[in-house]
Amino acid sequence: MSKSLDHDPIFDVAIIGAGVVGCAMARRFTLDGAKVVVLEKAAEVLDGASKANSAILHTGFDAPPGSVEQSCVAAGYAEYLDIRDGLGLPVLKTGAMVLAWNDEQLASLPALVEKAHQNGVLDVELRSREALLEAEPALSPNLKGGFVVPGEYVIDPWATAHAYILQAIANGAVLRRNAEVLGGVFEDGIWDLEVTSGAVRAKQVINCAGLYGDVTDARLLGQAGFTIKPRKGQFVVFDKPASELAGAVLLPVPTKTTKGVVIFRTIFGNLAVGPTAEEQESRTEATTETASLHDLRAKGIEMLPALAQFEVTTVYAGLRPATEHQDYQISQDVARNYVSVSGIRSTGLSAALGIARHVAAMNVGVAFDGGPIKNPIIPSADRLSNYHGRDWEDAGHGGIICHCELVTKREILAALNGPMAPTTLQGLKRRTRVTMGRCQGFYCTGALSSLTQGYLDPPIGEDDE
Amino acid sequence: MSDVLNCNVAIVGGGTAGLALATALRAQGVADVVVLERDVEAGGVPRHCGHYPFGIRELGRAFKGPDYARALVRNAKAAGVEIRSGVTVTALHPNARLGLNTAEGNVELQANRVALCTGVRESSRAQRFLSGTRPQGVLTTGALQAMVYLNGKRPFKRPVILGSELVSFSAIMTCRHGGMRAAAMIEEGPRVTVRNFMRPYAALKGVPLFTGARDLRIHGHREVEAISFTNRRGVTEMIETDGVIISGQFRPEAALLHASHLDVDAGTGGPVIDQYGRATDPSYFVTGNLLRPVETSGWCWREAGETARRMARDLSDPIGRVPFVCQRSVDPALRFVLPQRIALTDAAGAMTQMQMRVSEPVSGHLVAMAAGNTVMSQFIDSRPERRILTPMVSLSRLGQAQDVEVKILR
Repeated sequence: MSKSLDHDPIFDVAIIGAGVVGCAMARRFTLDGAKVVVLEKAAEVLDGASKANSAILHTGFDAPPGSVEQSCVAAGYAEYLDIRDGLGLPVLKTGAMVLAWNDEQLASLPALVEKAHQNGVLDVELRSREALLEAEPALSPNLKGGFVVPGEYVIDPWATAHAYILQAIANGAVLRRNAEVLGGVFEDGIWDLEVTSGAVRAKQVINCAGLYGDVTDARLLGQAGFTIKPRKGQFVVFDKPASELAGAVLLPVPTKTTKGVVIFRTIFGNLAVGPTAEEQESRTEATTETASLHDLRAKGIEMLPALAQFEVTTVYAGLRPATEHQDYQISQDVARNYVSVSGIRSTGLSAALGIARHVAAMNVGVAFDGGPIKNPIIPSADRLSNYHGRDWEDAGHGGIICHCELVTKREILAALNGPMAPTTLQGLKRRTRVTMGRCQGFYCTGALSSLTQGYLDPPIGEDDE
Repeated sequence: MSDVLNCNVAIVGGGTAGLALATALRAQGVADVVVLERDVEAGGVPRHCGHYPFGIRELGRAFKGPDYARALVRNAKAAGVEIRSGVTVTALHPNARLGLNTAEGNVELQANRVALCTGVRESSRAQRFLSGTRPQGVLTTGALQAMVYLNGKRPFKRPVILGSELVSFSAIMTCRHGGMRAAAMIEEGPRVTVRNFMRPYAALKGVPLFTGARDLRIHGHREVEAISFTNRRGVTEMIETDGVIISGQFRPEAALLHASHLDVDAGTGGPVIDQYGRATDPSYFVTGNLLRPVETSGWCWREAGETARRMARDLSDPIGRVPFVCQRSVDPALRFVLPQRIALTDAAGAMTQMQMRVSEPVSGHLVAMAAGNTVMSQFIDSRPERRILTPMVSLSRLGQAQDVEVKILR
């Protein structure tokens, strides 16, 4: 094991999985001076649990005090607000409200406020029904009471993770897509990984495989200490004018198993309702269900009666990698230079940067040459927020292709020809928002099929001979 | 941001309605008429409807959609209309002022009058709350036609068509044109939606038709693999397919309205208009399918001619704000009533007919009530795909201004 030629390098760290956690991990270790390779089995990053969530940056007010989750969310939250200006990541400081709709829920509020204070989120405060209705006049008068969490933000779930991995790549990390880890051997301090796209060697492995966390542990360690139990969440997204109905993120009183159905604005200007919480076997199939979508819409209208007048823009479903345990499952196999980061069920977007620091602080036993990068490159994130400057506002954009989301030819071509260029329509949508507006591609699919010719697999359409 | 541009009439949308309106305005002697088209070329939906028959009424013979669109553009230009394509209207401001965006940047346009002609689009898969996975290859007919006729692309080979409106049959023809073959047509209603069923039926030959389908579900991971449904006998059918065409269920393209100061009607999905065809800001006129889903190009063309006469009159002798009452449907079976406002003046030159559509097959007396009085009553026997036209209600018998409520007495 002495080969260190360019075509067969030994990486300091191999990160398995490019969800938001893997992307944050890649950034952290790259900035800390490690030579990092990220192995993603899908054609695009963010193809698993991270492709569909509620896009909220949580304070962690409701996490179990003393849990790994709570500390990672708190640390992730703080670091996000610290770095987001530099990376150009937009935030919308909406705040949140936890709302009680019956007496039982009302009675449970003081304990939840107490828990928030225990978690160090000290600005959480009880509010009267009247005060809440004054702040959010579209809420149903059936409201009983609630409390406010002023520090909650709405963020861009995709640009965020893309910014992490793009910063890692800009500073030397290698991303391999279509690279599934099938197995591996640890020998003489080196992991020899069998990967669908070709073997990879690394001193350290960090499993961030999300929905495949247990499968990956089993493939590399022989067993996993937990079982992934995919939990499906469906969402209904309303047209942009509906966003005026709710200033704050509207949260229900959580139950033991779920945080419940949330109403939240998105940074793209819409108002969304979801998720459902449905346990299932499949790790790949996140279906929408007609009945659940009607039910979500009805739940939304129950809380915000005026929502009944607004059109639906889209619906989606995602899978959270829950396990049989409440807390995150982060464990280290010191003897085999291996860390497993699993069970990041629903707070991964908020906690990712904190999880990365948590793992980095485990002192994984590998020294990186040179130490932290002195002046790391800070690339700019995709500018997709409805509330901040967009590409179409700047001259020379080459024309608007997607009229609903005002996506320009210039930004589509920049994504297709830039670093980590998308190779699927799904990936392009997450990078640019093309076809994600109210017409869902009615107007722009034709033009897009020509513009993306030669870039996407599968293509949007084949040439008609 | 440079100077503010000016024009007399700014028309938002260069489809059939916008081009017909512009041309008719010029014929009325109105100067400085500008059509703003966000696409690379004006012409609208007919640009990618590569089949007959367009233009029989208005151009005297049958055209294919793209030729019809070109003829409308040609006629407009010949009449002295200025067509600016690649211009996106980003905002509607009070008193006929528009925010525009082009590749060169943002600019504002101040007109004397604006006409909104942004048309319709089909409902998406998401808006229908369909079950199943979300693979690539689920398209509306409009998206398919733009791929086939404007870009020479084929998104799939053997798609299933959801819906049985006129546009659904047009999708079959688009498939044939693009070298695709429809695997089936599936309708959730008990019968085919399109009227004069026998004519488009010829297009269906060889395409299995399933009506009364329930529990539709799309299957497939990256790409569509199958669609399943429960047939009218309660048996689950699974059809292998590589694409799904979501057809019909048109809705007005009202995005600009929703973000503006203008009122939107929940029934039509378009703007609230008065008897003169004006939105709730009288400097804004509205014509074409933005008013309501959905009429043919021929109908929109004719309607635009009437709108042009009212606009021309308003430009030379402003109507201004007039006292009015509101009218609305109070019957779930009556989807909309157009116009939503009736003038309490003599309304010279205003619309003389009301338009309505039902949401289910209904037969009974259509009744308009105001202040306890019946101001209109007419027997109807209608279906959702049929347009209902009635004379405008007469308010002369009313002692006081009170809103009009329209319903159907079965």
